[in-house]
Amino acid sequence: MTGNTVISVRNLVKKFGNFVANDNLNFNVFEGEIFGFLGANGAGKTTTIRILSGLSKPTSGTVMVAGFDAKKQAEEIKKNIGYMCQRFSLYDDLTVKENIMLYGGIYGMKKKTIQDRTTALLEQLNFGQYSDSMISSLPLGLKQKLAFSVAILHEPRIVFLDEPTGGVDPVTRRQFWEMIYEATARGITVFVTTHYMDEAEYCDRVSIMSEGRIVALDTPEELRKQYNAGSIEEVFIKIARPSRNVEGGLE
Amino acid sequence: MKRFHGFVKKEFLHIFRDYRTLVILFGLPVAEILIFGFVISMEIKDAGIAFLDLSKDDVTQKISDKMCSSDFFRKVEDLQSYHDIDMIMKTGRAKAVIVFGENFGRDLVSRGEADMSIITDASEPNTATLITNYASAIVSDFNMEYREKNSGAKILVSPEVRMFYNPELRSHFMFVPGVITFILILICALMTSITITREKEFGTMEVLLVSPLKPSQIILGKVMPYFILSFINVLLILLLSRIAFDLPVKGSLSLLLAESMLYILMSLSLGILISTVSKTMQQAIFISLVGLMLPTILLSGFIFPLENMPRVYDVVAYFLPPRYYITIIKNIMIKGTGFFSVWKETLILTIMTLFFIVLSVRKFKIRLQ
Repeated sequence: MTGNTVISVRNLVKKFGNFVANDNLNFNVFEGEIFGFLGANGAGKTTTIRILSGLSKPTSGTVMVAGFDAKKQAEEIKKNIGYMCQRFSLYDDLTVKENIMLYGGIYGMKKKTIQDRTTALLEQLNFGQYSDSMISSLPLGLKQKLAFSVAILHEPRIVFLDEPTGGVDPVTRRQFWEMIYEATARGITVFVTTHYMDEAEYCDRVSIMSEGRIVALDTPEELRKQYNAGSIEEVFIKIARPSRNVEGGLE
Repeated sequence: MKRFHGFVKKEFLHIFRDYRTLVILFGLPVAEILIFGFVISMEIKDAGIAFLDLSKDDVTQKISDKMCSSDFFRKVEDLQSYHDIDMIMKTGRAKAVIVFGENFGRDLVSRGEADMSIITDASEPNTATLITNYASAIVSDFNMEYREKNSGAKILVSPEVRMFYNPELRSHFMFVPGVITFILILICALMTSITITREKEFGTMEVLLVSPLKPSQIILGKVMPYFILSFINVLLILLLSRIAFDLPVKGSLSLLLAESMLYILMSLSLGILISTVSKTMQQAIFISLVGLMLPTILLSGFIFPLENMPRVYDVVAYFLPPRYYITIIKNIMIKGTGFFSVWKETLILTIMTLFFIVLSVRKFKIRLQ
């Protein structure tokens, strides 16, 4: 962590008609940190992520991501972030290599660079034997690791992980988090949402959303202390009421 | 541009890796053409017929010759008596027997008219009807020639069959435009709506939208391969109907291809529109099938003539793009007319295309907000 702000959110409000999905959010995310973004379903997390990643425009407030204004420079933001969502972001009917080539190409990387990174990546993941396998033939855990590697292939400044470990076993989740640590060691900022509270403990800082507002934001340690709880899970249950109707940001 | 290139390549990979897509893309048009051409063929060829000519005069000879010289009929035997009719029909060698009575020649001279019979094997009602129609068409054809030569002479048999533009009653003429119309809207609308909703369903659409690719590039990249492949399909169908059925394009080929491109574009934008309103592939398939394919088959004039329909269907058909394209293609292919005869339909298709595109872009933007 260097202390440089890579995401700065000031008075962010997002409304869908009368429904306030994000109610005056204020927070910073610093370079190289793992920022946990928690909240019950419908708390407004997805809406915020969509705004931060340039998919949606704030109704009011200032949102700066990687130095660009989310209101006016969404295209610039997109070049500087990576994204992996709860469902797979890889194509089942393409091979490992083809998927990597595709995403590399989409992010405007040079062919040579993509090839070099691919080789390095496959080696690092012990994936060499799979390079020509269809994604559909890979086990879930491998797919997820690969999806993450692809999301940071172009060395983005920030990577957004939207419930990246849904449905995988604890061992794979652990390995996945090791990859996250490696990424942060390279200076990539990780913005992650999760429903696994043990994962929240791995974050540098955790924010908890409830009913469109951020109700807590601190290191896991501080939060436990503050709420007199043994774990983040307890903290979460104490303050994040499952709420309102379905998440507004979704279609 | 390089980004876009890789994206289009990926789309081609999707298509070529999925044999079901390939079957629909290329197997279906070929199968349709061949099925319609050979199996559901509405024409007869080389049907065996026998003659019972008791009059044995000039005119009967001419009519028999005329029938046998067509590709439709083949003379199997000259019968001697009425008893033979039943016999030859039962063996199945003849599908029909043409009978000229003893007084045929005499009646023709004295009264200016004469009767002949066409007896068909109605155990195959369809064929029987066809043979009757063909035979009477040939006779009425003969009548006309006869009248021209001997001005003032009366008619032999009153003609019942009249066919414009398809004097030989060739049914391929009717179905080739229909198949093209149907195949194109199927491939373009159904396949594009499926391929786009598939990205949505698998979550890859989110990833694409977060990437530096612009939404317009994503959509273009997704439909471009289908545009190219559909166009190849048009060429394939035209080529196939040329080779297998000897059906040429009477009018301008380039005009036909240009109109086809317009229709492909219209179908693609319709497919995009469907994908913006459906959340899953199932929905997209359902809307495409029920909303597009059925009306195309039933209400475009492809199989069932619109003229015979209750007024309300006819009105509905005015809003269906296939109707216009089928008119265009029939005009150009079969009647051989030029742009002046189809400009109205072209204009309507263009307006529809623009309408669908504007609507899709709107829907897409709303989704992104």
